[in-house]
Amino acid sequence: MIQAQDICFHYKGGAEILHQISFGLEKGRFLAILGNNGAGKSTLLKCFANIHKVDRGTFLLDGEDLFSMSGREAAKRTAFVSQTIPDPQMTVRDVILLGRRPYMRWSFIKQDHAVVQKAMERLDLLFMQDRFFHQLSGGERQKVMLARALAQQPRLLLLDEPTSSLDIRNQYQVLESVRSLCREDGLTAIVVIHDLSLALRFCDRFLMLRDGTVYRYGGREILDPLSLRETYGVDAKVVEVEGKPLVMVS
Amino acid sequence: MNSVPSKLENRELKLANRQRKNRSMGFLLLLVLLLGLAVLFSLKSGSYETPAAEIIKGIFGRSADRRINLVIQNNRLPRICTAILAGAGLGLSGCILQAILHNPLASASTLGVSQGATFGAAFSIVILGLGSGHGLGIPLCSFAGSVTVAALILGLSRLKQISPEGIVLAGVAVSSMLSAGTTLIQYFADEVELSALVFWTFGDLGSTGLKDLAGTAALLAFFFLYCILHRWDYNALLSGEETAVSLGIGVKRFTLVNMTLCCLVCSLIVSQVGLINFIGLAAPHVVRLAIGNNHAYLIPGSVLAGALLLLLGDLAARSVIAPVILPIGAVTSFLGGPLFLYLLFKGGRS
Repeated sequence: MIQAQDICFHYKGGAEILHQISFGLEKGRFLAILGNNGAGKSTLLKCFANIHKVDRGTFLLDGEDLFSMSGREAAKRTAFVSQTIPDPQMTVRDVILLGRRPYMRWSFIKQDHAVVQKAMERLDLLFMQDRFFHQLSGGERQKVMLARALAQQPRLLLLDEPTSSLDIRNQYQVLESVRSLCREDGLTAIVVIHDLSLALRFCDRFLMLRDGTVYRYGGREILDPLSLRETYGVDAKVVEVEGKPLVMVS
Repeated sequence: MNSVPSKLENRELKLANRQRKNRSMGFLLLLVLLLGLAVLFSLKSGSYETPAAEIIKGIFGRSADRRINLVIQNNRLPRICTAILAGAGLGLSGCILQAILHNPLASASTLGVSQGATFGAAFSIVILGLGSGHGLGIPLCSFAGSVTVAALILGLSRLKQISPEGIVLAGVAVSSMLSAGTTLIQYFADEVELSALVFWTFGDLGSTGLKDLAGTAALLAFFFLYCILHRWDYNALLSGEETAVSLGIGVKRFTLVNMTLCCLVCSLIVSQVGLINFIGLAAPHVVRLAIGNNHAYLIPGSVLAGALLLLLGDLAARSVIAPVILPIGAVTSFLGGPLFLYLLFKGGRS
């Protein structure tokens, strides 16, 4: 269970970007943060990940405030997958092992390796564990980053535009993986995403941001022509094609 | 998508895992071996004939020939220790600077720390009129010069919050200013002062005694231990600053501590051996090309490779046209350049 309350944030020397963001999210949900460029989506996600320090507000995960925790403790509860995928010359296994950093004292122990092994099995990455990360394709890299996040054994996954640099097949695979982690493993996920059709297809909660405030929050029904026009400034509607929702701009 | 690997697959995976680790460890062992060989060759090479058996005795001052004891203990051994320590320090700080500044070009000489030391020495010799008879005067000024540059760059990065790329660019600007300053000072120097200055711009491994090295060794040991303990933090930084923060690392403080340690180590080394370019840049790259970017292996690898490269450079400097000893700074750059280019293009192809 997640409870965000009254979150405000401004960049140093700038105007306030986020005003009084509040919402609640049940365990196992897959939330999409929507909004046009500059609405504050990624900023909000980075506030959740403790990358930006908020001016005000709390972010409760099962009753504990993540904002008042040490970085290390927060990293045991939430995992963040950045929009920019790095290309370190490290093996896939080592990159995933990085997810155990919050638990590490002097060195990694047996349990760390076991968790990494499980994360690789979960995302079907075992066969590539000895390959160098920088030699993988974009889709494979994103999956490895997801496995790294899993190795943190988080309760909350934060994904910043995980599909932006992927081809269509990989977009579906990555989001499918996240959805199954929510449904089967009971993780909660929050994703910043631009593609509304993908969001509708995989997510079950939607938070529409406009000018740094929550414009609408709820299930699929909140995406209607009015909200799409007021958030994105386009005339669009949600249509069903063969039972699948699609956002069509007219 | 939940494929459960069979027992056979599991065994193969474990084997592959072990092989990869062995490969990295093997490379480190190879470096140790090569370093040992280079030390032996360095002990043997020189104008005074020393049979192999006598060298070992000479180290402990037990050789029958007193002159061998003298040559080994007062001349060759300090020189070798200086080369190993300076090379190790430059290699290590290059490796760390490259990681925390996200820049493959970062090293003490690209940040201007080395040039600061040279400028400090030139200033003390020509403007303050300190000669070689003034004991610690020149090394202290040189140390002050490089620490000033380090503080300037650190201050800039803290005050204006400039990016890691910005830090490297600021370093380039500062180092070109200081090189120009050194040139200007040289222009007004007389012959005696010029000859004293040459040591600082060429680099010299032969004027540091074993006692002078104790402080450097202690600082270096501390720095090495610190880096090894934080090896996974450097790995996290490779995945980007945001990811590192989300993994619970206080990136700003970590960067500051590392920059400070790197600058201290480099300042101390340059104030003892003069300007030696290239080792700090090349050593981490050589290791990276062989075993990748995992700092668990890269850190000890860079230390060993730095020591080995500088020792080999010194060996070449002493033996190419013996008994003339070529300036080590020029030799490392001259021999290292082609090696570096070769590795770069070889790495690019694969």
